[in-house]
Amino acid sequence: MSGALSARLGVQRGAFALDADLSVRPGTVLAVVGRNGAGKSTALGALAGITALTSGSVALDGVVLDDADRRFVPPERRSIGLVQQQPALFPHLSVLDNVAFGLRAGGATRGDAREQAHAALAEQGLDALAQRRPSQVSGGQAARIALVRTMIRRPALLLLDEPLAAIDAELRPALRASIAALLDSFPGSAILVTHDVADAEALADEVALLDAGRVLQRGTLAALRSDPADPVVSRLLAPGGRLDDETTA
Amino acid sequence: MRSGTTRSTTGRTPRALLLPAGIALLLLAGPLVALLVRAPWAEIPGLLAGPVVLPALALSIGTALASTAVCILIGVPLAAVLAGSDGWPRGLTRVTRAIVATPLVLPPVVGGIALLLLLSRTGLLGQALYAGFGITIPFTTVAVVIAQTFVGLPFLVLSVEGALRGVDSRFAVASATLGASPWLTFSRVVLPLAAPGVAAGAVLSFARALGEFGATITFAGSLPGVTETLPVAAYIALTNDPGSAIAIAVVLVLVAIAVLVTLRERWLTGLRP
Repeated sequence: MSGALSARLGVQRGAFALDADLSVRPGTVLAVVGRNGAGKSTALGALAGITALTSGSVALDGVVLDDADRRFVPPERRSIGLVQQQPALFPHLSVLDNVAFGLRAGGATRGDAREQAHAALAEQGLDALAQRRPSQVSGGQAARIALVRTMIRRPALLLLDEPLAAIDAELRPALRASIAALLDSFPGSAILVTHDVADAEALADEVALLDAGRVLQRGTLAALRSDPADPVVSRLLAPGGRLDDETTA
Repeated sequence: MRSGTTRSTTGRTPRALLLPAGIALLLLAGPLVALLVRAPWAEIPGLLAGPVVLPALALSIGTALASTAVCILIGVPLAAVLAGSDGWPRGLTRVTRAIVATPLVLPPVVGGIALLLLLSRTGLLGQALYAGFGITIPFTTVAVVIAQTFVGLPFLVLSVEGALRGVDSRFAVASATLGASPWLTFSRVVLPLAAPGVAAGAVLSFARALGEFGATITFAGSLPGVTETLPVAAYIALTNDPGSAIAIAVVLVLVAIAVLVTLRERWLTGLRP
């Protein structure tokens, strides 16, 4: 098992400050829930290396990736996969070449990369889409392809930014189940950002509630529900709760 | 019920604007109409195949293609640097941008004089080129390509920079987190997605190069077959061989129309940011 993440994330951006410990034990899934603007995406960006830390540090499996000072490992050299909220499949490449992209970047020959990509798509029952363009697949299919594209590189840590947010409500349960199956067979650890409590319930071992850049409370969902730190936590984590209803715009 | 496109009635154009607008349109279209009406159409095929036009046409197309290629080779990198310049000090970005835009507002003759002062045998750089390597650039075909590149580069750089900035940053993020180096992300993801902008910039700089006159005649002269491009040949022919001049003008108008057709999606529907 891999994916031991030690992460104290400090990012100062204008008036907003992220100051959160999002460490994860190897092989486990942490759901980060919180309202819009709580700093969830900023935290993922800092872990992936899209944003540099202004304080704190990130280390994965004992290797320091960012110490807010001298050491900064760029995203392409981190064993961290990121699935963004919008699948961001490359529109000029076929589904197959999208999935093969990371392997090619890692030095695989075109033939090898395509062969592995084909096998990975087939495993998910998506091989019929291999030759299509991203514009020719549905939103749910695109989300699953993006997941396959990221996981084929076998990152030690997987970051999922609202993988279900852009999906129609009636398709969500099925996609949630297929993500759960993928995560079950995934040896690394994962952080799932969501504002849907059902996602956290189905996919995560632990939940961290992020609010205004800070971790309000952290533990299993059951523990948080039975012993909420404050009324906000209990209201936000009620079954069926969707934190986007709480948007403070 | 009315058919057709729904139009707002609150933003109607004041009638007083119609007359000056009409004059403007006439000024733009009139000369072209005169050219097409007065062109000796029957003689044009013969003139085009004649001793003046054909070498100039071949030279023009060859040099314009060469300068467009140079524009792409050095202009795309400059556009990429500018597109990534948001973290620079404000003054540096502004100065760089001003340098890029200068040929757009500079009279081409001035550009030609400046190129001479840089690259002639006594020029700032040309002196060393001549003393060290025996290389003389002015009044050669290379000088034509340099002059055309000088005037065409801004079109390419500004068009490509806009296209690169327009590429959604999610794709670059996806590429980097899939393990692609900055070079791979640029060459395999960002640049292909900006390809329409590169194509438009290339067409514009090709058109500008093909029409280049002032900088060319100043810096490269008018040696038939060597530096006498179509516009230069047209200008020289006008005094003793007006038929050829008109034939060349017709050719250049046709090229201009071809450029507009190529860019119709971008320009004929109104300029967008």
